[in-house]
Amino acid sequence: MAIRERLSGNEAVAYAIRQVNPDVMPAFPITPSTEIPQYVANYIANGEIDTEFIHVESEHSAMSATVGASAAGARAVTATSSCGMALMWEELYVAASNRLPIVLALVNRALSGPININADHSDSMGARDSGWIQIYAESNQEVYDNYIQAFPIAEDKRVHLPVMVCQDGFITSHGVENILLVEDDEVKHFVGTYEPEHYLLDVSGRMALGPYAVSNYYMETKRAQRQAMINAREVILEVAGRFEKMTGRQYGFFEEYQMEDADYAIVLIGSAAGTCKAAVEEIRNTTGKRVGLIKIRVFRPFPEEELARALSAVKAVAVMDRSEMFAATSGPLGAEVRAAMYQAHCTADVVNYFYGLGGRDITVADFEAVYSRLETIAQTHEVTDMYEYIGLRSAQPEEV
Amino acid sequence: MEKTTYNFKEVMSKPERLAPGHRMCAGCGGTVTVRTVLRALEEGDRAVVGNATGCLEVSSFMYPYTAYEDSYIHNAFENAGATLSGVETAYRVLKKKGKIKENFKFITFGGDGGTYDIGFQSLSGAMERGHDMVYVCYDNGAYMNTGTQRSSATPQYADTTTTPAGSVSAGKIQVRKDLAAIMAEHHIPYVGQSTFTSNFKDLYTKAQKAIYTPGAAFLNVLSPCPRGWGYDPGEMMNICKLAVDTCYWPMFEVIEGRWILNYEPKNKLPIEEFLRPQRRFKHLFKKENEELIGKFQEEIDRQWEVIRNKCS
Amino acid sequence: MADIKIYDRINEQSPWQDITEGNQIYEAATSRDFCTGEWRTSTPEWSQEKCKQCLLCTPVCPDSSIPVTAGKRADFDYDHCKGCGICAKVCPFGAIQMREGK
Repeated sequence: MAIRERLSGNEAVAYAIRQVNPDVMPAFPITPSTEIPQYVANYIANGEIDTEFIHVESEHSAMSATVGASAAGARAVTATSSCGMALMWEELYVAASNRLPIVLALVNRALSGPININADHSDSMGARDSGWIQIYAESNQEVYDNYIQAFPIAEDKRVHLPVMVCQDGFITSHGVENILLVEDDEVKHFVGTYEPEHYLLDVSGRMALGPYAVSNYYMETKRAQRQAMINAREVILEVAGRFEKMTGRQYGFFEEYQMEDADYAIVLIGSAAGTCKAAVEEIRNTTGKRVGLIKIRVFRPFPEEELARALSAVKAVAVMDRSEMFAATSGPLGAEVRAAMYQAHCTADVVNYFYGLGGRDITVADFEAVYSRLETIAQTHEVTDMYEYIGLRSAQPEEV
Repeated sequence: MEKTTYNFKEVMSKPERLAPGHRMCAGCGGTVTVRTVLRALEEGDRAVVGNATGCLEVSSFMYPYTAYEDSYIHNAFENAGATLSGVETAYRVLKKKGKIKENFKFITFGGDGGTYDIGFQSLSGAMERGHDMVYVCYDNGAYMNTGTQRSSATPQYADTTTTPAGSVSAGKIQVRKDLAAIMAEHHIPYVGQSTFTSNFKDLYTKAQKAIYTPGAAFLNVLSPCPRGWGYDPGEMMNICKLAVDTCYWPMFEVIEGRWILNYEPKNKLPIEEFLRPQRRFKHLFKKENEELIGKFQEEIDRQWEVIRNKCS
Repeated sequence: MADIKIYDRINEQSPWQDITEGNQIYEAATSRDFCTGEWRTSTPEWSQEKCKQCLLCTPVCPDSSIPVTAGKRADFDYDHCKGCGICAKVCPFGAIQMREGK
């Protein structure tokens, strides 16, 4: 039986950690993810779980100790945000290349500078090439569900890669919502016990980890790592299938909202999808115009073919990036979606907008304006505002 | 745990835990440290060996060749302390959950670059938290892996590739950081500073205490580098003897906060004896630099007095 | 497994499918299969007659190349000895002499 609750996104992650009862959690506080280690510390202090918490002196050490614990044979997790993950940077790559099934709860927050504590995706998008599986959420429910699914994905023999479970700082991490929780024993059964094949503390064997690999080995090593990410595609869907059987809640690489007949589509990641859905409903109800939304759930591995297929019939697409990559062109999602569409010979016109940086609000009206703009572009095929910012103050009428 | 007897022949007959075939330089002091420390493990005990990036790491685990008889983990340059913290914590929790029954010991090695400098914070955190592990610094007084750049362990006036002696420079300006004392100030149960003596009793017994004292332990081991210091590789033991007989390298231990001096030379030799055989101090023997040797001596005398007072 | 040298299984011609996951190695001391003895430019020679088995030479070897069993050393492991000469300098009995060449 599902448990009805009202939890914040951080509470939902902590609740899932309590249910999974991982072996080791090194963590260092940083807004807005601080509550997660606090809740876990409370569970430990009250004997609710037997996880060992490591009070590391930095995020770099948090991920370093997580790598050590995971290599040693423990189920190891951590949580962080923004600059905390930036400090882990080197270790993100090491964790992935060592093929360690670590689960990181990332509460997305803008990277410094300037220092800002609110949501955007600059932290995780910057780490998109680190070799981690990245799963994003719109709501607290999705954060919770994704977190539970992360373990069987990471620990699958075909994958053995770390997973970053992302949610938008404050918007979901601190916003309290209705949520359906899975019973403890069902979660435990779903994630199973962690039984690594090789680990440092294996008394029947030896393991050496982290060699110097000369160029004659490096490229082959990276190719093998790529295969794990390719394999992750089918494993993510299998795990989602099992999860649906358990809860009835359906997950894939992305959610298609009102896309069956859509002429105009927005593609985005995370909590802004809720606002966008409201705009879709409003437009469809008041004008009958066929607008839709694709909300990316799995950004790594990138669902290139599936996404291109989903966009094959639309007339115009707005890809919405919640982080800059300072290419002086598109944002990271914009670049990848357009690449996917180009490869599939999609003919839709595409614009790429930046929104919500450092926690800037985006409204239903903003999304309505984007859909309206898509309609114009589809008629004129003139894209004059390729890389616009939504909600930006400007001394000029239009920022191009 | 206090071992009073040291049977040299028995100790030498214990199985080797660092295999040959690693790519450290001929005459390297670092591997002599590693061999001696690992030999201090009880034969039945398992160990996980950690390693900061450095000469030792890139030479002792070049894929697919590991030189370790035990399980081994290298993670990065600055995080050997944190990495082994994670391994040791995993051990405690897996033991608590009944998944492991055997005894494991946790020993990590870092050069002075990975320990005094870039890994200082990670080391401090690991020691302060009191993980049951030993951090061993094989201190060769510079970043040798990248080609002898100055570290905070480099002795004053040493000629390194980033503090070159030149017409207006006499090498490194600062005196070396006293890391063993800093570690002692972490209030950990065991700190030892050692180097190689002819029968290796000092280092071996310190390693034994460090490994078998519950809680965090730190060992600082002067490990000569023939290439970086500029001496004939065959002279390693002589260099070590001069380091302790000039009091450049005091051998001491700090047990539960109590300082103990392990060696006091009968005839304290002048510091020139230690400096002269090494190319990195060659410039100090030029006429115009004569006073610097005097200053070096003053600093050695001052530090020796500090240690003696702590140990009295 | 141990009879087959590690480089017969993983080497610089191995296809990517044969590279171990995460470059992990599941054996101990595979470095024994790599002969550093080829580096030598001078070679220690041990005189069994002069040797008093004091073993002072054994702990100073950076290459674990002086095998000891039951309190007695054997001849050098020339597959791995790099010829640094530390052992020759510490021998009190002149039982180790360095000779030029391999």
